[in-house]
Amino acid sequence: MTNINHLRELESESIFVLREVAAQFENPVMLFSGGKDSIVMFHLARKAFFPAKVPFALLHIDTGHNFEETIQFRDNLAEKHGVRMIVKYVQDSIDKGRAVEEIGVGASRNVLQTVTLLDAIEELKVDCAMGGGRRDEEKARAKERFFSHRDEFGQWDPKNQRPELWNLFNGKKRPGEHFRVFPISNWTEMDVWQYILMENIEIPNLYFTHKRKVFQRDGMWLAFAPFMKLKDSEELIEMDVRCRTIGDITCTGVTVSKADSLEEIVEEIAATRVTERGGRSDDKRSEAAMEDRKKEGYF
Amino acid sequence: MANTTKGYLDMQLLRFTTAGSVDDGKSTLIGRLLYDSKSIFEDQMEAIELSSKKKGEEHVNLALLTDGLRAEREQGITIDVAYRYFATPKRKFIIADTPGHIQYTRNMVTGASTANLAIVLIDARNGVVEQTLRHAYIASLLQIPHIVVCVNKMDLVDYDEEKYHEIRNHFMEFAPKLDVKDIRFVPISALKGDNVVDRSKNMDWYKGSTLMHILENIYIAGDQNYVDARFPVQYVIRPMTDEYHDYRGYAGRIDGGIFKVGDKVTALPSGLESKIKSIDTLNGTLKEAFAPQSVTMTLEDNIDISRGNMIVKSNNVPENGQDIKAMISWFNERPLAINGKYSFKHTSSDLRCMIKDVSFKMDINSLERNYDDKTVKMNDIARVEIRTTKPIFYDSYRLNRYTGSFILIDEGTNETVGAGMII
Repeated sequence: MTNINHLRELESESIFVLREVAAQFENPVMLFSGGKDSIVMFHLARKAFFPAKVPFALLHIDTGHNFEETIQFRDNLAEKHGVRMIVKYVQDSIDKGRAVEEIGVGASRNVLQTVTLLDAIEELKVDCAMGGGRRDEEKARAKERFFSHRDEFGQWDPKNQRPELWNLFNGKKRPGEHFRVFPISNWTEMDVWQYILMENIEIPNLYFTHKRKVFQRDGMWLAFAPFMKLKDSEELIEMDVRCRTIGDITCTGVTVSKADSLEEIVEEIAATRVTERGGRSDDKRSEAAMEDRKKEGYF
Repeated sequence: MANTTKGYLDMQLLRFTTAGSVDDGKSTLIGRLLYDSKSIFEDQMEAIELSSKKKGEEHVNLALLTDGLRAEREQGITIDVAYRYFATPKRKFIIADTPGHIQYTRNMVTGASTANLAIVLIDARNGVVEQTLRHAYIASLLQIPHIVVCVNKMDLVDYDEEKYHEIRNHFMEFAPKLDVKDIRFVPISALKGDNVVDRSKNMDWYKGSTLMHILENIYIAGDQNYVDARFPVQYVIRPMTDEYHDYRGYAGRIDGGIFKVGDKVTALPSGLESKIKSIDTLNGTLKEAFAPQSVTMTLEDNIDISRGNMIVKSNNVPENGQDIKAMISWFNERPLAINGKYSFKHTSSDLRCMIKDVSFKMDINSLERNYDDKTVKMNDIARVEIRTTKPIFYDSYRLNRYTGSFILIDEGTNETVGAGMII
């Protein structure tokens, strides 16, 4: 039978892109956040280079505001698959005066990651950073290329992108410039979950239901961490929740859910009426929030 | 979004492109497909309701769902290719949403390059216009196998059957100039929802399928070339571990045909023959693999193969040569330079080429050939003669969209300046 389903077709496309990166760049890294998208991307990389090891390092930009489980998961994954995990800390950028911490209620280090990321790219002489960004996530991402060119300042120019046709990817660049490559551009949130289910990929327990102290802000449930400031009107409650996305803890909403298996998660996503970035307060800052952050060099 | 744990393993992927100007109702149509297939989330809906109100619009403007970048929102136009996604229980869809104005020909070409199907929109009040032909021609040039002509805004012509047939007949007069096997027509109103997802109550005279029914059921498995087996080698896998000490795997995506373990194959350009020993994946070995799968192959004999080479079946080899004729679409503000040199990217090989001559330019509004004007500017389509630095192995684009296509890269700026389809 010469037919493959949509997940296998997406998989083949992503594997193609990952191999192009290995072939076209000297020093690529894969950005790894410990979230499901980067976990799927890494799984695809294992497939792309089997039986060899993944031929590049993983890079985690650590805000210091993580779920503890994410860090545990990250370190286990690196050890299990014998891959080099480079960690760069936003705290270091702050200490060096490269980035200034936001203050007050709603303070987040999410934007500061850009500084740390661009510094890491320069320091490690990275010529290609792969990310788990998907075009269905947000309007500004819908026009992103698989191979996205960045100038010597790490900036994205949405008006001057290279046309991408067939499966011909142009990764040519001048010294000092780099590329961001998004191997799972064409996947949706649903595709990612179906694929995790189909391939039985290990993911952090945070994605499954668990009891957690949470509070409500701007209509979203946020997980509580000791360094977070609560408003007077906000109160901590313990609830059965799970993460739909995992990012910086200060801006990642949690979902009230009892789903404790991949099947239940897929069914929950199928029935849900809010986008996953609806739970990300970083996107709510303005209508063009993502576009602005991307131009500056965000993931 | 009914694709739950039950049937998702049987879903197929369909990529389609839409071309049209703002006035054709293209954004409204896409908004309608997303909305009626319940692919719009509450927070997205709230956001566009708010924007519609801000602009003082009476109804929720579904077109706002697809306006991506700030520049576009400000100017109210779409200036690039945007990709949209939705799914039904049968299929996952990827829409390459491109602007339809002539100055965006390059975007239409880009969007069309990977599509299985093209939606061409016609405003029922205006009928077939220059732009209609341009869209259909680009679909044909890029060899999109299926075209669905949507005669839109039927509500504004009182759902008139005669009007629809008039437009259909007019379009069919031009069809012989196109190289498309499958053309279908649907009378719709994207604004009111007639025949998009739900069958129209206003057009009893139309007995055909709704647009969504076509998208969900059109037969696409036959669009792939399963005859001419082509495997451009993308990367060589050498684990250098104790377990896989002498392992040499050729990684790539199959661009055509079917490869089976035991098949007699030839490596190009060396011409050396061997047999397929194994087809390996992380999930185990395969007996056979076919387009568009990404796999890794090993061969019985240790022959020298690297990126840019192609593995084919010994009884079916592609054409090879240094002098090729092609149709090209030009993307850059700097015109094509006759006798100019460019980087030439074709399958997994990178080489250089020189443009020897421009045979003619295509007037994509009249579909006439222009033999006098040889200045190929941005958004022009032309037939050219090219000489490559080394022989390339190729098929005509009509036979294989992947071994028959290439891009041209400016050696100074590294920009992708043109895309070509080998004749």
